Amino acid sequence: MTDQAQLDQSHPARSALKHFLLVLVPLALMLVAFVWIAALDPLRSFNNGAPPVEGLTVERMVLDQTGIQVLVRAGGSEPMVIAQVAVDDAFWSFAQDPAGPIARGDTAWIRIPYPWVLGEAHLVALLSNTGTVFEHEIAVALPTPKATANQLLPQAIVGAIVGLLPVALGLMFFPAMRGVGRQGMNFLLALTVGLLAFLLIDMTNEALELAAVSAALFQGSAMVWLAALASFLLLMAIGRWHGAPVGIALAFYIALGIGLHNFGEGLAIGGAFAAGSAGLGTFLVLGFALHNVTEGIGIAAPMLKSCPPLWMFPALTLLAGGPAILGMWMGSLAYAPQWSALALAIGAGAILQVIVEVGSYLLRQNPDRQAALFSPAVVGGFLGGIAFMYATAAIIKI
Amino acid sequence: MTQDDAPKVNPSRRALLVGGLVAAGGVAAIAKGVFSQTAPVDGAMAGHDMAAMATDPYAAPMAGMAHGDMMTVGRVDHARNGFDPTPMLTDWYTGTTSILPDGRTLRTFEVDAIDKEIEIAPGIFFPAWTYNGRVPGPALRAKEGERLRIIFRNSGSHPHSMHFHGIHAARMDGVPGAGLINPGEEFVYEFDAKPFGCHLYHCHALPLKRHIHKGMYGLFVIDPDPARHPEHAAVAASRLMGTPENANWQELAMVMNAFDTNFDGGNEVYAVNTIAHAYMNAPIRIDKSRPIRVYLLNVTEFDPINSFHLHGNFFDYFDTGTTLTPTLKTVDVIMQCQGQRGILEFSFAEHEAGMYMFHAHQSEFTELGWVGHFDVQEPSV
Repeated sequence: MTDQAQLDQSHPARSALKHFLLVLVPLALMLVAFVWIAALDPLRSFNNGAPPVEGLTVERMVLDQTGIQVLVRAGGSEPMVIAQVAVDDAFWSFAQDPAGPIARGDTAWIRIPYPWVLGEAHLVALLSNTGTVFEHEIAVALPTPKATANQLLPQAIVGAIVGLLPVALGLMFFPAMRGVGRQGMNFLLALTVGLLAFLLIDMTNEALELAAVSAALFQGSAMVWLAALASFLLLMAIGRWHGAPVGIALAFYIALGIGLHNFGEGLAIGGAFAAGSAGLGTFLVLGFALHNVTEGIGIAAPMLKSCPPLWMFPALTLLAGGPAILGMWMGSLAYAPQWSALALAIGAGAILQVIVEVGSYLLRQNPDRQAALFSPAVVGGFLGGIAFMYATAAIIKI
Repeated sequence: MTQDDAPKVNPSRRALLVGGLVAAGGVAAIAKGVFSQTAPVDGAMAGHDMAAMATDPYAAPMAGMAHGDMMTVGRVDHARNGFDPTPMLTDWYTGTTSILPDGRTLRTFEVDAIDKEIEIAPGIFFPAWTYNGRVPGPALRAKEGERLRIIFRNSGSHPHSMHFHGIHAARMDGVPGAGLINPGEEFVYEFDAKPFGCHLYHCHALPLKRHIHKGMYGLFVIDPDPARHPEHAAVAASRLMGTPENANWQELAMVMNAFDTNFDGGNEVYAVNTIAHAYMNAPIRIDKSRPIRVYLLNVTEFDPINSFHLHGNFFDYFDTGTTLTPTLKTVDVIMQCQGQRGILEFSFAEHEAGMYMFHAHQSEFTELGWVGHFDVQEPSV
């Protein structure tokens, strides 16, 4: 045994070098292989004269007094050349910034001095050097919001109405909710899980839809699933650092998840503002507010047994509702489908985390877990939460 | 627009064209003084740049968005294409002639089918199938009653043919089984030049749509023989290439065509003589004292009709060119279905000098490249 121990003792110095070499050898071989493959060009025999694969994704569109500006991202097998631009079936002069072929993954602004017509539709067609056409529709031409005070302020107000106000109102049910018994508590927690489940489905859907229209380079749906998984695992790990979160801590996690959701919602509304595809009427804003009132109730539910200090309520409101304002601004000023999809995916992961935590908190509250899970209060609360969200969402879907 | 540098003229190419015209002198070939279009020299376009024209004051707040922005960006490299739309207007292929034992003229043309990538609008390249490396193919021209021999070689990658719109035997028709040949093969079409008029030839290999829209078409003009039309001898003489009467005319060959660059069954680029906006960037110079005759052909695929509209003037129209009196008098728009063609005759003699636009009156075609200018100038001394 001592010999063995001594051997083990002497190993580290030798094996460090050995390990290093063992790693170095395959790395070196890999390098050699890559150089060899590049030099040999084994795909040469497959070269059948096929034209290059071309890809071009429109990420942003800005309409202002100078015309139409389009931000494009190149994909495909070779750098993209934009030879001509036609708007509404008319060749139009344009300037590209930066000029020249656009390398794969790079972006460029195409500035077209086109006299677009307020409130009408336009079709921008970008023709590559092979004559391949990439079309992008402007559903309703509206001037793109600019980062000026008189643009940002009304957006902040709308953001506050759809984000901050309903959460604050929901949290005000806190005193009333404190008196409820175990069944009432179960009902409220199940209601929270139900509304969160709705948000999870809704967000995942939206993220996947946005991912589908973003450049192939970003591998849209893989990005959404992986980002959601990563955010779920990270938040679970952080949350369980000192045991499962309960009470106020759990409320904060719910607020964080809902905050990320509202950020995504803000991005969508801001993006719709910018794209001119949504007439954001008062009715729609009211719908959002009503839709989000339950979020406040959800945040309050796990704290019913604690005594949170008063400052915590504005803090929770800000965390859950504030991101809606940020989202509105970002969505209207720097809208890009892949980043919105990423934000929504991270939010979906966060929502999943709070579903797991609220669910396990609910079960831990009840001695007979099996019975509690399928009790009328829990099932009713869960289904009620989903149903309420579904019904109020109908108002805001246009 | 900063790309208003005048198109480069390749002097050697121009010399070659002029040389070619001189060498082509057969029975009915080139008379002295035929007005030949050449690419404009530097500065010829000064003051006519579209972007330099006054901006519309009512366009505010979108300053600089006048009509001048409705243009392709950049210039086509005609030298790389191997053909220039400006000299192409007057570049008639008259072949070589010899006298047959019976005294008639035998006119021989040589045409090769060639695959070639051409630039149809600045920066947009199209994998064309061509006759003699140009789109439209060479504008063949002969005299009524001559014997025609067309030696056709297929140097392309697909079976091709030359199907002439004219009067000929079934075995000379250029359809499968009658002059449709495989790559590497040769066929000789032979028939009499009749009837006189403004005709066309095109590939009749199948699928027809693809073979035509890839670029396989061209003008085939048969000039009337004045001796056969004593009642309109003077008119016939003015149509017959090589006569003094004809030399006074400014004759232009124009083929309305379009290109489906993404092969979706709809055209992306429209033009007359292939290059979008060619005659906007290099207006066609016209001596206002001499009459103008346009041999116009429509070979646009996918769109059922095309049209020609002249600004500030009216013209007489000879549908298919098979009559010596106009079929339509004093019109400023005519339309042609696919394969239809005709002759337009007009004069700017009573006009001020200036830029007179011509274009398809389908606005879509106009805005996608089929528009040009006649630069009507005082007679040069």
